[in-house]
Amino acid sequence: MKSYLLPEYILERDYARCNKCKICIEQCTYAVHRYDAINDAVHSRSENCTNCQRCVVFCPTHAITIRRNPNSYRENYNWTQEAILAVKEEAETGGIIITGMGCDKPGLTYWDKLLLNASQVTNPSIDPLREPIELRTYLGKKNDRLNFETNGGEAVLETELAPQLCLETPILFAAMSYGATNLNVHESLARAATECGTYFNSGEGGLHPSLYKYGDHIIVQVASGRFGVHPAYLNIGAAIEIKIGQGAKPGIGGHLPGEKVSEEIARTRMIPTGTDALSPAPHHDIYSIEDLRQLICALKEATEYSKPIAVKIAAVHNSAAIASGMVRADADIIVIDGFRGSTGAAPKIIRDNVGIPIELALASVDQRLRDEGIRNKISIIASGGIRNSADVVKAIALGADAVYIGTAALVAMGCTLCQKCYTGRCPWGITTTDPQISKRINPEIASQRLVNLLRAWSLEIKEMLGGMGINAIESLRGNRLQLRGVGLTESELRVIGVKMAGD
Amino acid sequence: MRNIREVNNPYGDDKVIDSCSLFGMMNVKGKRFPSKDPVRAISNMRERGNGLGGGFAIYGIYPQYRDAYALHIMYLDKETKKETEEYLKETFRVLLQEEIPTREAKVWNPPLVWRYFVEPKNSTIKAKNQTADDYVVENVMKINAKKKAFVFSSGKDMGVFKGVGFPEDVAEYFCLEEYEGYMWICHGRFPTNTPGWWGGAQPFNILDWSVAHNGELSSYGANRCYLEMHGYKCAMQTDTEVLAYTFDLLVRKHKIPIPLVAKILAPSLWDEIEFMNSSQSFILTALRQTYSSLLMNGPFSIIVAHQGEMIGLTDRIKLRPMSAAINDDFLYLSSEEAAIHIVSPTLDRMWNPAGGEVIVGSLESPKALEIPTIVKYARGT
Repeated sequence: MKSYLLPEYILERDYARCNKCKICIEQCTYAVHRYDAINDAVHSRSENCTNCQRCVVFCPTHAITIRRNPNSYRENYNWTQEAILAVKEEAETGGIIITGMGCDKPGLTYWDKLLLNASQVTNPSIDPLREPIELRTYLGKKNDRLNFETNGGEAVLETELAPQLCLETPILFAAMSYGATNLNVHESLARAATECGTYFNSGEGGLHPSLYKYGDHIIVQVASGRFGVHPAYLNIGAAIEIKIGQGAKPGIGGHLPGEKVSEEIARTRMIPTGTDALSPAPHHDIYSIEDLRQLICALKEATEYSKPIAVKIAAVHNSAAIASGMVRADADIIVIDGFRGSTGAAPKIIRDNVGIPIELALASVDQRLRDEGIRNKISIIASGGIRNSADVVKAIALGADAVYIGTAALVAMGCTLCQKCYTGRCPWGITTTDPQISKRINPEIASQRLVNLLRAWSLEIKEMLGGMGINAIESLRGNRLQLRGVGLTESELRVIGVKMAGD
Repeated sequence: MRNIREVNNPYGDDKVIDSCSLFGMMNVKGKRFPSKDPVRAISNMRERGNGLGGGFAIYGIYPQYRDAYALHIMYLDKETKKETEEYLKETFRVLLQEEIPTREAKVWNPPLVWRYFVEPKNSTIKAKNQTADDYVVENVMKINAKKKAFVFSSGKDMGVFKGVGFPEDVAEYFCLEEYEGYMWICHGRFPTNTPGWWGGAQPFNILDWSVAHNGELSSYGANRCYLEMHGYKCAMQTDTEVLAYTFDLLVRKHKIPIPLVAKILAPSLWDEIEFMNSSQSFILTALRQTYSSLLMNGPFSIIVAHQGEMIGLTDRIKLRPMSAAINDDFLYLSSEEAAIHIVSPTLDRMWNPAGGEVIVGSLESPKALEIPTIVKYARGT
């Protein structure tokens, strides 16, 4: 069948600049560039280009420019180019359109409509270069109260405390599985988390034994496929996360194609080499809240109540009700993954239409738990669509204890959001398990980029906190008076729980 | 109808902001003394107020009614007074009721202020299975909700006198030279975003807890959410109220020793905690984890008093001033050293406590002048 699809991008080469070094050919994993020996020239197949910018960055003579294909259908606000191309693609393949990364549609980001406060006159702002500003955050169940026995000038704490995760900055690396990514990516994240005093989430594909030494800074995930879950795995992590859902594809399972399941990945996941790794949509042992409670309890038993248990859900319409159930099911940490949450592969129609923005879900979950007087019994991690340190600050002011970053971490390592993760051919070496391409991530360098990112964000967070006159991050948590909304309707302001700017 | 909440925060700002002068003076042997020194000291810090609020909490003031709750109540009109008095008769045994004596002074638009010595009816609190204290708190909140009445104070053997004017004028108005007490907490106010009203002056009181406060909490939103989760209604929208409820929750309900309460409001830095011995760092970490939402962030200095104890505390980086001094049996706390010097030219000791360092003066301390600032910690079993 003749394909009617249009190439998305046009690759232009400045032949005056091109010195035929062939680096572009070597770097491109989609076979865009080819050498024409007869004419001694490098040519390109634009239709293969994903606009990942790998060749552009590595071209020593800056000879390459990639432009959006100027060919387009007649303008139509309803039948956009994207809508027309999607129909054509499905008509040609008969299959679901798969994509990578988070939803890229406009108009669903509330962070940009929230503005932060700063001190003027009545309380001094604090200069983080001169005074300490504390970002340390503890995640886990907190007691309602502490009981002290006083005994001749000594105070003895009688209350038993729940296990906690200690973060030096309120940012963790989100779950990205071994299989979706490769060992070099995992090692980079683990090393950066260790150096920064935070945590990296293993994702649902188990943990390679070579990373066990970073266990104190790893959250191990238990998902519906139960890949790589065994006693040593559960016990090596600082915490365990039960993955119920994911913001990019709420209600949908996962599918790691057999081609990506190399020998090492197969061993780690405890499945045969080359077989598809299918994560069912639900956990087939969790069909109700009491089943979740049993799994939480089983994991606590397996680890002798020594570590917090997190439960990750996608932000959906009734997140607040589910969250309150999760507290009662004895979870220690709740992770809410918003509409913008990213993925290695998801049906595009699901990614772009199912779930709700993290800002709204977070605000309603925090409010519900406060109304029920149980907010202290659980920590909240907001996830999905955190792009910069201001998003982090706004999330904490809306009620999060900390945030997960996935996309931002990948971007730090090289990702350009070309959204082709599902091909397994990531030219930046991130979402690929091909041993050759994976080498493009050097854990030494990639972890340094991650450490730098967290350092920069932490400094920025301190500047924003200091501006508000706050010198410990906990005083920002749920402090919505530090936020104002712009361009929001009355009901949006009500749900987010902030006043209009100027009010 | 004028709603107290609207009077207190007429423009619906996030909260009421003010700046202030504080002075506390306590005889740690419990010997009562007159108003001369405290009034002189607080009026010496006139620059820190603007005549829109002044007040005094005096402890040991009503020895003849030591066991009764002394309610100081202000009314905006006689109608409300009548209603409230009927309500008091229904809910309490009223031992004595009288108008608080006043005289002409430079105060603004004074309301009626009466005092009542009351006892909860035994049968009522038994039936409700409440402590007398909780019963009083509940009814004070109910009276305050009436909009035209406001309870200045509700403790035993203590009373709050406050109003709109400079503190010395408020003292003049309420004839404070007629009273003696062993502990005086004084306040001069500079409201930032309100015209000032009598109920909004300080000290703020509930039961025998009084708080005089200077500062602005940047953490107000977080603190308030936590207290609301524990059933407190922050109707006044002031930092002072948040501080008072915090003390009520931590000291009265959770029974946390005062030095540890200070470590919740103004905790040591994590870097400092790490270098403490293991039991200290264990306890301070537990406190910060559990009560993180009660960290009072941003500038504050407070004098908190209850029967037999006067507590001084500043925020952990001391963005508001507080000096302390001891002379014979007297403990002084003040926003400015000068106010102490003017009433006591010679002093045994004068110092400026570090940010977050708590000063506690106590009648119960066997050696009155030894100020216990910190207890030892031990790891729980």
